[in-house]
Amino acid sequence: MKKLIELDINDRIYEVAIDARDLLIDVIRNKVGLTGSKKGCGDGDCGACTVLIDGKPELSCIKLAIASQGKKITTIEGLVQEGGQLHPIQQAYVDHGAVQCGFCTPGMILSSKALLDRNPDPTEHYIKHELSGNICRCTGYKRIIEAVEAAAKVWSKEGVQ
Amino acid sequence: MEKKVLKSKWNLTPEGWNLEGVPSSQDEKRYTQVGRSVPRIDGPIKVKGEAIYTGDMTLPGMVYGKIKRSTYAHAIIKKIDCCKALKLPGVLAVLTGDEAPNKWGIVPQAANETVLAVGKVRFYGEGVAAVAALDEETAEAALELIEVEYEPLPVLLDPFQSMERSQEVLIHEDSKGNIMHAGEQVYGDVDKAFAECEYVLEREFHTNYPQHGFLEPHSALASYDTQNGQLHLWASSQIPHYLHRQMSIVLEIPMNKIRVTLPTIGGGFGGKGEAAPSEFVACLLSRKVGRPVKVVYDRQEVFYTNKGRHPCHMKVKMGLDKDGYIQAVDFDNTLDKGAYSGWGIVVLFYTASMIHLPYKVPNARFRGRSVYTNKPSTGAMRGLGGVQPRWALECLMDEMAEMMGISPYELKLKNAIESGHTCINNMFVPHSEFKKCLETAVKKSGFLEKQGKLPFGKGIGMAGGYYITGTAYTLYQNYKPHTTVMIRVDTEGGVTLLCAAAEIGQGCNTVMAQMVAEELGIQYEDVHVQSGDTEIGAFDLGSFASRLTYAAGAAIKMACVEINQSLKETAAGMLGVRADQLVIKNHEIYSMYEIKKRISWEKAIEVYTSINGTLVGMGNFSPPRRKGIDIISGNRVQGANIGHSPTFGFSSQVHEVEVDVETGRIYVKKVTEAGDCGTPVNPMCVDGQVEGSIMFNIGACLYEDQKLDASGKHLNPNFHDYKTPTTMEMPEMDTNIVESYDHSAPFGVKETGEGAVQPTFPALTNAIYDAIGVRFYTLPITPEMVLKALKDKKEGEL
Repeated sequence: MKKLIELDINDRIYEVAIDARDLLIDVIRNKVGLTGSKKGCGDGDCGACTVLIDGKPELSCIKLAIASQGKKITTIEGLVQEGGQLHPIQQAYVDHGAVQCGFCTPGMILSSKALLDRNPDPTEHYIKHELSGNICRCTGYKRIIEAVEAAAKVWSKEGVQ
Repeated sequence: MEKKVLKSKWNLTPEGWNLEGVPSSQDEKRYTQVGRSVPRIDGPIKVKGEAIYTGDMTLPGMVYGKIKRSTYAHAIIKKIDCCKALKLPGVLAVLTGDEAPNKWGIVPQAANETVLAVGKVRFYGEGVAAVAALDEETAEAALELIEVEYEPLPVLLDPFQSMERSQEVLIHEDSKGNIMHAGEQVYGDVDKAFAECEYVLEREFHTNYPQHGFLEPHSALASYDTQNGQLHLWASSQIPHYLHRQMSIVLEIPMNKIRVTLPTIGGGFGGKGEAAPSEFVACLLSRKVGRPVKVVYDRQEVFYTNKGRHPCHMKVKMGLDKDGYIQAVDFDNTLDKGAYSGWGIVVLFYTASMIHLPYKVPNARFRGRSVYTNKPSTGAMRGLGGVQPRWALECLMDEMAEMMGISPYELKLKNAIESGHTCINNMFVPHSEFKKCLETAVKKSGFLEKQGKLPFGKGIGMAGGYYITGTAYTLYQNYKPHTTVMIRVDTEGGVTLLCAAAEIGQGCNTVMAQMVAEELGIQYEDVHVQSGDTEIGAFDLGSFASRLTYAAGAAIKMACVEINQSLKETAAGMLGVRADQLVIKNHEIYSMYEIKKRISWEKAIEVYTSINGTLVGMGNFSPPRRKGIDIISGNRVQGANIGHSPTFGFSSQVHEVEVDVETGRIYVKKVTEAGDCGTPVNPMCVDGQVEGSIMFNIGACLYEDQKLDASGKHLNPNFHDYKTPTTMEMPEMDTNIVESYDHSAPFGVKETGEGAVQPTFPALTNAIYDAIGVRFYTLPITPEMVLKALKDKKEGEL
């Protein structure tokens, strides 16, 4: 019943044996062992499980692993820069106090990256709109939005991949 | 004019201080580590996704536990048949309630919950059996094979109905009238005071049934060592100590055979402030199968079992004299307890305490009762016991200000307490900048210029609030210190703080590191914090009641005295000066009179440890106790001690709203807040707490409400139907920390985690009144209610 598939996660190919019904979040967390992606609701409501698939933010808790073959998946672990440096968005989250309990943070950061990739000079409203699928109960969002704005400035200056 | 900020203590850095002359010990405000907005020490690992939460953990041989849940809200369990489940390949064990019948509960005197239902279920979704299996799928399949036979009982979902029908059906056999607890507190002569009042107003208020919605579901991983009987539990909890104690009671093994460790915690807000069945089930199953067992709830289970805010049905009456000074408050509160007691008595009497501050109330009466219903239990939720009465009182005062024809700001400022105030119930406020909070929020928002003058549909409202800091009582009501810290210093490990405090996301590890660094004269980055472990850390009660910064701060100061004294003595010998003339600052130890006589802090450590070994300082904190008495009659009053605390935080909020009169939707446009949190140890963390608090209660005021159908079944146990605020609901937020220093507190600190939620409901409700001329007495204020109210108003005007 199990099927061997290949998943391209953070530029590495993982061979995993899965059931057709296995969800991407469970495969990433339990089979691949990348536990940075979180499962907050399991219903696609909270955004904690957000990963990037071909650069687009997707909810891995309502996506089948089998449907993610042949695509480039980026998880929070894939954002760290050469030499272990933080990605500018990650750095901005730390510097601006945008992290409290941290459970929404990986998904929130990936949604932030996707929005900045699409629009490197976003308005506050654009940021709010793009992050509205990620729930945070700790911060009140203010510092998250400030962090994304700050990262956008670094972005336009340095041009980050 | 106030002195301006350049030399304010919040902007201090280690540089630029004149190190001669005044020793730091004589200038307690001269901080270098406390008062800095340093980034959180756990920030980097969290943004990298490397922080390990309980659900991320795996142990060798680990198996999975799942809980079967009741499909009735109130029923006798006739039979549980687990035979088929046990035969399913991959199933290792099944657990039912009668295998662990000992009752647990955070308040020892009222403990009445069991791990899984014994004999009867009292709410829909209560656990009735549990399974351990090799994988989650098998465990889930096994739950389906467990057959439970129920005999349904009448379902009581409303506290008044529950009291009324108690002759017919009792939820707990030992609770007559379905009342968990009832209490009365009377101070002064309330009726006489009312008779003499110029203005008297009475209103009824009804609050809703929100839940915390922390993102990390309850998770537990237990490993029982069958050889030595040692149990290790990793759990998503705010209260490692209370969990530790409950586990010992339920499993009937001594506490010294149990170790509770908190991995990273994904938020709590009070919802992880009690033990959870997930934790007991993981431990019991692990003991049964001899392997590590992990239990992680799904979101639905969190909604079923987690202990949200008590719906309160409140009658509040207030009387003012002709000049607008409060003369009396009469407060009657019926709390909806849900199925089990939990924090119940504490919440009941906290609501009673709320009428005594932040305004001067010379005569007060409270009557309250907490009533069992067949709903998921209520419990501790951010601002425990405060949010509901604060809403009622601040809205009532708004209405009374209108009666008098004055601004609510004037009425509130007039009645606001000041430092050194003793309440009629003997609560003592050593320090308050509440008036400054009111002034700041009102001035910065332009409240006085806007209120009553905005076009229809736009409105502005204000409210004040307060909360306890540092708490007065342990739940056992004994005199054991609430916090003990141990600070270890040597050349190998550097400085390590060991304390079982719970970092749940609020930032206590960072704040504790800053406080240790301040006292030891080093940098916060030099301090390692080992928290949340009952074996490694010294005793701490946990993260609740906004107690930790105060309590840990006091204990840290005490521990550091010991360490500094040892180092000064060592350095004194080396420098040839008297130890009491030495100052430790910025990694150096130097004479306050001969500043050339100095050695590095590290050198002193090296010399000390090469002779004596590791240097250790211990410190602890017990809050001062005040008796809960009526200060006029001197009589002790039941429950009046609860809510006393060493000091109190204060705040004020002004909300500006726009109401769409076509759709009924309420848009919060701007919130101006001012808070007295004493010394902000980390102003950035304070702002984060305050902003989070405001959004948290905007959600509970406008959107969040758990709904049950007539049979008690939860109708919205998910984030799709239970609406929490997103970025799109975020208003502009202007939060201000008012200059404040409480000399009675360590580093001058107060709380900020729960005070800032208090004014949100009333400020918002008052703003809606200003916008559309309708006062709401029921929460949440939904678009349907707004539209109906507008329609009724229009018809009334015709």
